[in-house]
Amino acid sequence: MISEIPEKRSAFTHFLLHLHPRTVPAETLRYQLSFGLGGMAAALFVTLVITGILQLLSYSPATRSAYQSIQLMYSTHNMAGYVRNIHFWAGNMLVIVSALHLLRVYLTGALSGSRRFNWLVGIIIFLIVLFANFTGYLLPWDQLAYWAVTIFTNMATYVPVIGGWLIETLRGGVEVGPATLENFFALHVGILPAGLIFLLIWHFWLIRKAGGLIQSPALPGESKKRVAVVPHLIQREAATGLCLLALLFVFSALVDAPLAEQANPGESPNPAKAAWYFMGLQELLLHLHPVFAICIIPLLIIAGFASLPYWPDATLPAARWFGGKKGARLALVSVVGSFLTVILAIIIDEYFFRATTSPQTEIIWLTRGILPLMSLGLLMVVFFMVIRKKNNYSKAQAVMALIMATSGFIIGLTVVGIWFRGPGMALTWPI
Amino acid sequence: MKQTPVLEKQIHPAKPRRRTFFTWLWGTLITIGCIEIGWVVGTIFKSRKQREETKRAEHLIEAGLIENYEPGSVTAVPEGQFYISRLDDGSFIALSKNCTHLGCSVPWDEKKQTFVCPCHGSTFDQTGKVLSSPAIRPLDYFPARIENGLLRVDIATPLKRQAFDPSQTVQM
Repeated sequence: MISEIPEKRSAFTHFLLHLHPRTVPAETLRYQLSFGLGGMAAALFVTLVITGILQLLSYSPATRSAYQSIQLMYSTHNMAGYVRNIHFWAGNMLVIVSALHLLRVYLTGALSGSRRFNWLVGIIIFLIVLFANFTGYLLPWDQLAYWAVTIFTNMATYVPVIGGWLIETLRGGVEVGPATLENFFALHVGILPAGLIFLLIWHFWLIRKAGGLIQSPALPGESKKRVAVVPHLIQREAATGLCLLALLFVFSALVDAPLAEQANPGESPNPAKAAWYFMGLQELLLHLHPVFAICIIPLLIIAGFASLPYWPDATLPAARWFGGKKGARLALVSVVGSFLTVILAIIIDEYFFRATTSPQTEIIWLTRGILPLMSLGLLMVVFFMVIRKKNNYSKAQAVMALIMATSGFIIGLTVVGIWFRGPGMALTWPI
Repeated sequence: MKQTPVLEKQIHPAKPRRRTFFTWLWGTLITIGCIEIGWVVGTIFKSRKQREETKRAEHLIEAGLIENYEPGSVTAVPEGQFYISRLDDGSFIALSKNCTHLGCSVPWDEKKQTFVCPCHGSTFDQTGKVLSSPAIRPLDYFPARIENGLLRVDIATPLKRQAFDPSQTVQM
């Protein structure tokens, strides 16, 4: 059922129709179905490529001149500083938008059938986005950059067996120095964007193959109403993208991207923090044995998310957020409950246990590794059983509750790490 | 989607083995290609690392006359980014300034007679031993020697250790 197809098409329309099908199901136009998050991520990526290329003209990738080249962007009367602001804020926004996009895809049940594989591609894209952000973080060569990268690369040395080798290769030496800056520059402007472009094209193609945005299953005998992409979808995409860009540009005009003093390897700022999206990890590291905080738990979380579409009966019904109203309540309870629990756990550990722990390796393995992990696992199993048996939720919704709880856990750790850790990483009140 | 295999079967009753072979061949070639590119990238990164390493095969720093150090004192050597700690028995140990937790630079607190990490509050005593977590390993140390009453420290590679041992020090 094609309602309307424009008779004459311009060359531009023809181009658009290479990216989109000619018609899409009318129900997928509903904004609340996707909130345009994937499109926003794509728009941010294009913005990042353009502003990134422009910065190649004003940035100098060497430890002697990097910092001054950034200062020059702001002091001479040109737009280079503004371009840097846009790049910085778009990069940070991209981390948030892609995380929300992943959650949206999962919560609307858009990972069954041929979308399974695309879910994996999406997770890899998300990890590369994080890595691209992180490699860009070093480039200004200021105190923030130097110590955030020192801290994060040191975190990674706790990965068993390959950690030390991996980090020395990435740093191009024992310490963060000129070779690190050159490596990170190459990764940030060349290797990672190239990989991203390839994966994004694949990602989009797989979406088209799966029939575009997720839609509710057709009833027997029902044929879905379709509408023409030009103008219906294109108008909506343009509205979302342009609003996002307007917001980004205005924000970047008002708020400069941070730039601290020039990097000084002899003096760490107090507190020294990783980039904000890694603050959850840094917070976890304060409480758990490094191997558990840096390696085991993150790997378990990534494996859990990646394997989601492959568990039997664990995918939510298509195109219904949380699988219905009841599921929405459960999701809210899970995310808020886990958020509050993790905050409470941090406070209890901070004031009652952490200070008294003796730095003996053998005991730490048990008390700060296996025991917390086991109790976390037990907590999740009990929670799963309770909502399954007592509250009669479907298996998919119970799994969803665990995913939301994990998200609450990550958000809780990140929030405490970013805002509630002051000098010496002691718990403080912000401002 | 599900009908495609059936259709294909009708057109090609048995998929020719040649085609299966070529599909397999292409898959293998692409995989090998990807591995090769990965290997090339790996060797480039590795050679950069080696270049940095050869630059600093041995990097001796003169830390001055040994008489300048009082027993039981800790002195920062700014040009080498390390500390000379002279223990109470008169022996010397050259300690790295990098915290073994996450690599922040650790200042010496003269009043408390400990190293206190500004980042996460780990503390170390004058031999580098951990006094309080989150750090687990003692501070790294550098090999040092005494020649003609002069203290020389090789800062090329910090040495990791699990515990303090008198063999890590230099005697007069």
